[in-house]
Amino acid sequence: MSMITMTQAAAVREGLAEEMRRDPLVWALGEDLSTAHGGTSADQYLGLIDEFGDKRIVNTPISENTIMGAAVGAAVAGTRPVADLRMADFGMCAVDELVNQAAKIRYMFGGQARVPLVVRQAIGVRKGGAAQHSQSTEAWYIHTPGLVVVAPATASDAKGLIKSAIRTDDPVVYMEHKDLWLAEGQVSDNPNDLIDIGKASIMRQGSDLTIVSWSKMALLSLQAADQLKSEGISAEIINLRSLWPWDKDTIYKSVSKTGRLLVAQESVQVAGFGAEISADISENLNHSLKTYVRRIGAPRTPVPYSEPMENEYRVTTTRIIKKAKELFSAP
Amino acid sequence: MTNNTASNYPARILEMYKTMTLIRAFEEIAEEAFDAGLVNGSIHQYIGEEAIGTAVCANLRKTDFILSNHRGHGHAIAKGANPEAMMKELLGKVGGTSGGKGGSMHIADFSVGMLGANGVLADGLTMGVGAAQALVLRNVDAIVTVFVGDGTTNRGPFYESLNWAMIYELPILFVCENNTYASSTSTRKVTAGPGPVARAEAFGMPAYDVDGNDVREVDEIASKIITNIRNGGGPQFLHAKTYRIKGHVSRDKMLYRPEGETEANWKNEPISRCADWLIKNGISEAEINSTNASAYKEIRDALEAAIAAPFPDGKLAYKDVQDLGNRYLGEHS
Repeated sequence: MSMITMTQAAAVREGLAEEMRRDPLVWALGEDLSTAHGGTSADQYLGLIDEFGDKRIVNTPISENTIMGAAVGAAVAGTRPVADLRMADFGMCAVDELVNQAAKIRYMFGGQARVPLVVRQAIGVRKGGAAQHSQSTEAWYIHTPGLVVVAPATASDAKGLIKSAIRTDDPVVYMEHKDLWLAEGQVSDNPNDLIDIGKASIMRQGSDLTIVSWSKMALLSLQAADQLKSEGISAEIINLRSLWPWDKDTIYKSVSKTGRLLVAQESVQVAGFGAEISADISENLNHSLKTYVRRIGAPRTPVPYSEPMENEYRVTTTRIIKKAKELFSAP
Repeated sequence: MTNNTASNYPARILEMYKTMTLIRAFEEIAEEAFDAGLVNGSIHQYIGEEAIGTAVCANLRKTDFILSNHRGHGHAIAKGANPEAMMKELLGKVGGTSGGKGGSMHIADFSVGMLGANGVLADGLTMGVGAAQALVLRNVDAIVTVFVGDGTTNRGPFYESLNWAMIYELPILFVCENNTYASSTSTRKVTAGPGPVARAEAFGMPAYDVDGNDVREVDEIASKIITNIRNGGGPQFLHAKTYRIKGHVSRDKMLYRPEGETEANWKNEPISRCADWLIKNGISEAEINSTNASAYKEIRDALEAAIAAPFPDGKLAYKDVQDLGNRYLGEHS
């Protein structure tokens, strides 16, 4: 067993293929899964139709309600579907089936059924994606009892999390970042290497400040840590990986050590997940804090198109650094 | 397939009469319980529509799946759910089909293949095609039946699901129970075109009209098309015309109804029609009366048992949310 370099899209594909080989009840459905490139942009399903056939790699019509609803029905009826809604923006067409059905069935039927499905909904600003192809909606689903939400930052996260997501009996919203599909990373080729849902990774140890983040912002926070280090600030970078449940133990431990917390998110800051983390730490770790918790996130505007406006909208490494330094000025 | 000249045919119809009567008794006594303030929610009654669910489910096996809508009591009983457990669910008691988590609108009994009544119209359709896909993938010899109302034929997922069922050639029966009302709106006034059968046929799906208040006619057609689905004939559509004798929901005063409409339709209700036929075909009036008495006794006993049953511990509110993240449900201390 060894580490192999591959893109995140390929890492998810490998993880899915391994699980499909392991368990004949795992299958995937979504738009464009079996067309020439196995996906519209990043070869997410390339070659899978050849190995698994059209009963398990199901190329669907543009019918988001039914892609999601069928996945719920198929999960209840004894299979483990992976439904791909391609982008979180299109996931909104199927919020009903995800929120009213997938998240509720086990509960409202008194535990008679489980809904073991994964729904892939890619998030994040992708250059020029504008208002309807660049949204990050993770907070919507974290807010929904019954759902699990994960958001990988690295290729290794991407593979380990898709495998764990497929194996859990809960419905999982798997939110990969569109801008990271082609980002390369080191990935284990051991089919038994999984990443536990609910376990964060500490990407860098530090002593002065904790930056909690997820998805692409974890990578930008890591870059920010390099710059901060040259200015004498030692930042600990936590990549949450799993947003619900989230790894409170790791964050509590880190903040108890550093006494400072910044939450960096790409999604709209208002009522985002950073607000929950911030409130939780303020309620439970106030005695350890040297200064109040800061957040950085997107403004509450739709994602603009033109480059200068898009750049204005984005959370960047520079902005993370600037916000991080605020924790060291007057409290 | 049903052979309506066979010597045991009246006995077959008598069995359906028993089921219809049990459903009617359940709905009437559930209404009494609602009026007495015993039901912690509302109920959607199936009175007048009993023949459809009864005759369709009479042609299904325990291993087949059904998905229902908000008006699901009749479908559940017809598929074999226990009325006492259902009544306990309505009252939110221990021993309810869903342990008191769902109530009337979420009646489900997975042990008999009843995958749930549902509060959102058309979601049974999308989940139904997925359940059928799972049966195919698992190579299980069973079919799925989805019950929808006329109002649901105006939701987008109706079209997605019919298209989906056809392109993947799924073993599924769609039953449209046309009770003429979409909540309190006359469906005709908000629906273009000739109706549900034409809409199904637009997808190339075999579709049939049936008098939904004639249990024998529903049985005859259901038997034929369910056999066809089992033999690989693909999706089929049954449009059963009926009438919703009661309001949309138990609190509905039906102020939107033309005077005399309910009374006129009551003359056509399916249970009396079935009783008349049975009596003409060798079943004694005494047997009909004893069937009625035993159905009402069963449901009265169910209500008594439900009243006597304890309420669940409030802390069970935290059970069965999900496996992951249970440490952080935010329980009240």
